[in-house]
Amino acid sequence: MSPNSSTLLAAESVTLSYDQTTIAKDLSVQIPQGKFSVIVGPNGCGKSTLLRAMSRLLVPESGKVLLNGRNIHEQTTKEVAKQLGLLPQSAIAPDGIKVMDLVSRGRFPHQKWFQPWREEDQKAVDAAMAATHITDFAQHHVDQLSGGQRQRVWVAMALAQQTPLLLLDEPTTYLDIAHQIELLDLFQDLNQKNGHTMVAVLHDLNHACRYADNLIAMKGGQIVATGKPSEIVTESLIESVFGLPCLIIEDPISGTPLVIPKGRLA
Amino acid sequence: MMTRRYKPSLVPVAFILTLVVLLATLFIGQQVAQGMTGIWQLLTGEARQYQSIVVWQWRASRALGALIIGAGLGVSGAVFQSLVRNPLGSPDITGFNVGAFTGVLLSIAWFGNVYWMSVLGAILGGLCAATLVYLFAYREGHSGFRLIIVGIAISATLTAFNQWLSLSVSLETAMTAALWSAGSLNGMTWSRVLPAAILLILLMCIALAMNSRMKLLEMGDDTAAALGVSVNKSRLALMFVGVSLTAVATAITGPIAFISLAAPQIARRLENNASISLTASAVVGAMLLLTADFLAQHAWQGITLPVGLVTISLGGLYLVYLIVREGRL
Repeated sequence: MSPNSSTLLAAESVTLSYDQTTIAKDLSVQIPQGKFSVIVGPNGCGKSTLLRAMSRLLVPESGKVLLNGRNIHEQTTKEVAKQLGLLPQSAIAPDGIKVMDLVSRGRFPHQKWFQPWREEDQKAVDAAMAATHITDFAQHHVDQLSGGQRQRVWVAMALAQQTPLLLLDEPTTYLDIAHQIELLDLFQDLNQKNGHTMVAVLHDLNHACRYADNLIAMKGGQIVATGKPSEIVTESLIESVFGLPCLIIEDPISGTPLVIPKGRLA
Repeated sequence: MMTRRYKPSLVPVAFILTLVVLLATLFIGQQVAQGMTGIWQLLTGEARQYQSIVVWQWRASRALGALIIGAGLGVSGAVFQSLVRNPLGSPDITGFNVGAFTGVLLSIAWFGNVYWMSVLGAILGGLCAATLVYLFAYREGHSGFRLIIVGIAISATLTAFNQWLSLSVSLETAMTAALWSAGSLNGMTWSRVLPAAILLILLMCIALAMNSRMKLLEMGDDTAAALGVSVNKSRLALMFVGVSLTAVATAITGPIAFISLAAPQIARRLENNASISLTASAVVGAMLLLTADFLAQHAWQGITLPVGLVTISLGGLYLVYLIVREGRL
């Protein structure tokens, strides 16, 4: 890691496609170090695709993704997994697995063939469970937990990888509002107290505005705006990105922008 | 919050049961061992030559063959059921063992009854069947259930092809093939068992070394990749090991159904573990095949049945049960 660079992760004019369909063309984005970045945009705008490309799951058709200054596709998947943790949308918890066993799987990138479980592995797992407040359920089965608890277990697994970077693909989807806030607070703590650089795809604009240091707004495979929410979120931006007429007021609690949809009432 | 009651693993029981069946297989019979002293004499090498030959040359090689082939089939099934994430995704359902048998038939037809050519033919046949299944089932990625349905279809087609092949070759070849197709441990001499055993043990070791990758793949391709697993490479390697295990087993015994299907599932229940374990599957597979072979030899007075017949009868029942249960999902 070069100390003077302020980005750990960046995409440089990448073109991303699945089979024949191009999702994003000539897209560039930088993830600032030590910040909590949130990607927002309408369904199908390429948020998750961008996250997949930035975590080496998808090979760009052209352009490149740089992780710590090196092309991510010239690094092995294990090398990448030591620098970047990813929580995909599609994670399947094996039937009846216990919390600690699932979190322990996050140690895989640090283990060599035939290497036994080491003390540092256990320390990393314990720390990850403590940071996500799941130590009490360590011996519970994952499928007995509530949605919010289960999501924290997945975050703990990614934390056990001990990576400076954490990428989260729609981590709050399917959770009720209380669990969403609880999880976002957790991400903020991981960012501010533990020093992780965080990138999350979120659907709720108001959550994004409140928690993000750096907001990345996408539309149709392009980055429309990036920056501090209070500096970039305007009525015209939201209207152009989501096609939603709205009113923006100051969040009475956090002072960040609060998006009020006009809908049919206005 | 509800917590599940902790239940101890029953795999050691399966292990002990296997030992008991092993002892029975080796020493049962009026002419063989007279009581405990007879067994002791056999173990220490003080028995008469006739009895030593029966036990150590004939029976021990067959029993060892059953144990290792059973273990290999169990591991093969565990690998595929994990890859496909479905208890029906085992090589004896998806037709890889039928493909292996096609390879054996072709090898007999072309090169005569040469042991190593048959083994090679079986591996190639198994791999070809696997490739066919994967190509036909591919539609923007693989769904486990589609793989199984396509596998069943390919298996049926290959079975028909095998029959046609047996009818169109010379009588002598057809006879060899017919004997083989029943799936039997008859004629398992040391010289036949040992090389296959070494190969099977080697393959099982590779599977075991890839165990953690296999477990991570169960969580989805993206999750596994995010944790540093080379998804495609690992899956290919696991498939190769799984197919080879089934193929090598098929090459020496002919197709033996049910073991790779049932062993991982029985192991899972015995172990009280949600995920499929390779070592437990190996133990259960060894136990199942040894027991089935014991039944094949002793269930009918004076007749030794092909072990494949015993396993397929048991397997048919188990398969119906599984399909009924899966169908409800």
